[in-house]
Amino acid sequence: MSKRRVSRFSRYTGVRNRGINPQGFHVSQLKFYVLLLPLSVFMLLPIVFIFSSAFKPPDELFAFPPRFFVVSPTTQNFTDLFSKLTNSGIPVSRYLFNSVLITLVTVAASILVSSAAAYALSKKRFKLKNTLFTINNIALMFVPIAVTIPRFLVIQKFNLLDTFWVHILPMLAMPVGLFLLKQFIDGIPDEVIEAAQIDGASDWWIYLRIILPMIRPALATIAILTFQAAWNNADTSTLYINNESLRNLAFYLSTLTTTTTGANSVAGQGIAAAAALIMFLPNLLIFIFLQSQVMSTMSHSGLK
Amino acid sequence: MQISQSFQNWRAKEGSAYIFLSPYGLLFIVFIVVPVLAAFLLSFTFFDAIQAPRFVGMDNYISLLTRDDTFMRYVLPNTIQFAVIVGPGGYALAFMLAWMLAQLPKIPRTIFALILYSPSMTAGVAMAVVWKTLFSGDQTGYMNSFLMGLGLLREPIQWLQSPDYLMPIMIIVTLWSSMGIGFLAMLAGILEISPELYEAAAMDGMSSRWQEIFYITIPSMKPQMLFGAVMSIVGTFQAGAIGVTLSGSNPTPQYAGQLIVNHIEDYGFLRYEMGYAAAVSVVLLLMVLFFTRVSNRLFASEG
Repeated sequence: MSKRRVSRFSRYTGVRNRGINPQGFHVSQLKFYVLLLPLSVFMLLPIVFIFSSAFKPPDELFAFPPRFFVVSPTTQNFTDLFSKLTNSGIPVSRYLFNSVLITLVTVAASILVSSAAAYALSKKRFKLKNTLFTINNIALMFVPIAVTIPRFLVIQKFNLLDTFWVHILPMLAMPVGLFLLKQFIDGIPDEVIEAAQIDGASDWWIYLRIILPMIRPALATIAILTFQAAWNNADTSTLYINNESLRNLAFYLSTLTTTTTGANSVAGQGIAAAAALIMFLPNLLIFIFLQSQVMSTMSHSGLK
Repeated sequence: MQISQSFQNWRAKEGSAYIFLSPYGLLFIVFIVVPVLAAFLLSFTFFDAIQAPRFVGMDNYISLLTRDDTFMRYVLPNTIQFAVIVGPGGYALAFMLAWMLAQLPKIPRTIFALILYSPSMTAGVAMAVVWKTLFSGDQTGYMNSFLMGLGLLREPIQWLQSPDYLMPIMIIVTLWSSMGIGFLAMLAGILEISPELYEAAAMDGMSSRWQEIFYITIPSMKPQMLFGAVMSIVGTFQAGAIGVTLSGSNPTPQYAGQLIVNHIEDYGFLRYEMGYAAAVSVVLLLMVLFFTRVSNRLFASEG
């Protein structure tokens, strides 16, 4: 064995700080920090910008030359946002309320619907099992935006236009969610379920008392994905809703940025910045709280 | 009698599986299967949303290939340019970043992962506010002001209305937000690989990190690579609406940022030629299918 090989190998003895998933710092990691730090700053800039702009008073929003960071922060933009009536006389708080309600119902329903299906696909024995899982895997490729029009026709046929449910029901068919949950449940040994069956447990008991508690990390991940999809969804309000009082905050924000009188007007820009922060912040907070669950779910995400 | 007997057997053996499956299954059929089939069927018709669809055979596809000047001159080249850069580009970037993060201890790794993932949390609406301000066309826009301050620019540029700059900006914005769920899957995949594999390779004389990546890391995490690839393909085509969001108009200025999803919307919801729009949808779905098959070839696990 050459000297070089010995020295390289010896690094793996004791506390391993080099290579994949090290325990502590090692000089060899410096080059990654050198690359990652500037990149992270670049990635963060627009997000810092959301925070900064939301608290800018009007004279700073339109300062020339523009200043990136806020100097004298104010909550005026938020007060304006919530005291404002839209052109159709709906207070902005109504959009926010709709968004919160829609998102909560969608997340809860999505967790139940997907986990029940994932339990069946993972632990039940039936003929079409593999076929159905394959179909769902093919549907991972599904690009909802491609079938906006036929979806519109379907929603029209089911009389779902201009209803609260049109925000929720299409979101629940989420192939990625089912896929991740099924993979995660595969990791639960069959013996656990067989033991419960011998003790006389019913399917529902097994699902509610064994499966759901054991897949909490995966449920957290589905909750995040559904949350992001529902909270940020402006399309439903645009395409399937005409009743202004049923539309959500994401839609309201999109009207601020698409109409020329919105973001470009003096009053509009501050409001848009405040609304953008309200749109962004919940995503960030939820992910920070649940990130370790997400990572443990993603290690089951392999697609074979 | 016989039939009802076998039905009872089936219900006892498999019925409960279908009870658990049915809510998801029903929604899946209504909101995914039926729309895809309907798009396929409508693509052979003329349909203006007022009168009943009229069968026209392959006419829509023939028009798409021979008469739709916009599609051939702008939409298709734009889509290919966008997809080729954002798809494989974003995917490679996500893998390299995930690999680098895996070389760091847990706490800095988590912080970096959070930072890199955060742009993908809020793709679309909320970010439009930011990009519109950063790339604002007058001299108070950040980009203009910054470049003019450096003396690189004399006159402010109408970034988002300019046919020259819209596409590059779309690509940068999409790449910026492309460290999504596929990125997290690949990071988890790299961390799952047993350290013994690397030790064994080191003992066999493997000395470069590039060799490690191509002979150990990637082959050991093919399933995650494939998942990441599918997510990146879908994300790329799904992100196509960004041009309209940024420029604020469909069609985009001189069709510079017009992608296939905007073309669908243009014909479907602005011109009400829904049969034709459906044909474009089918082409889009076929493109996704094609790219996914390619990545399947690359990352299929043996056995």
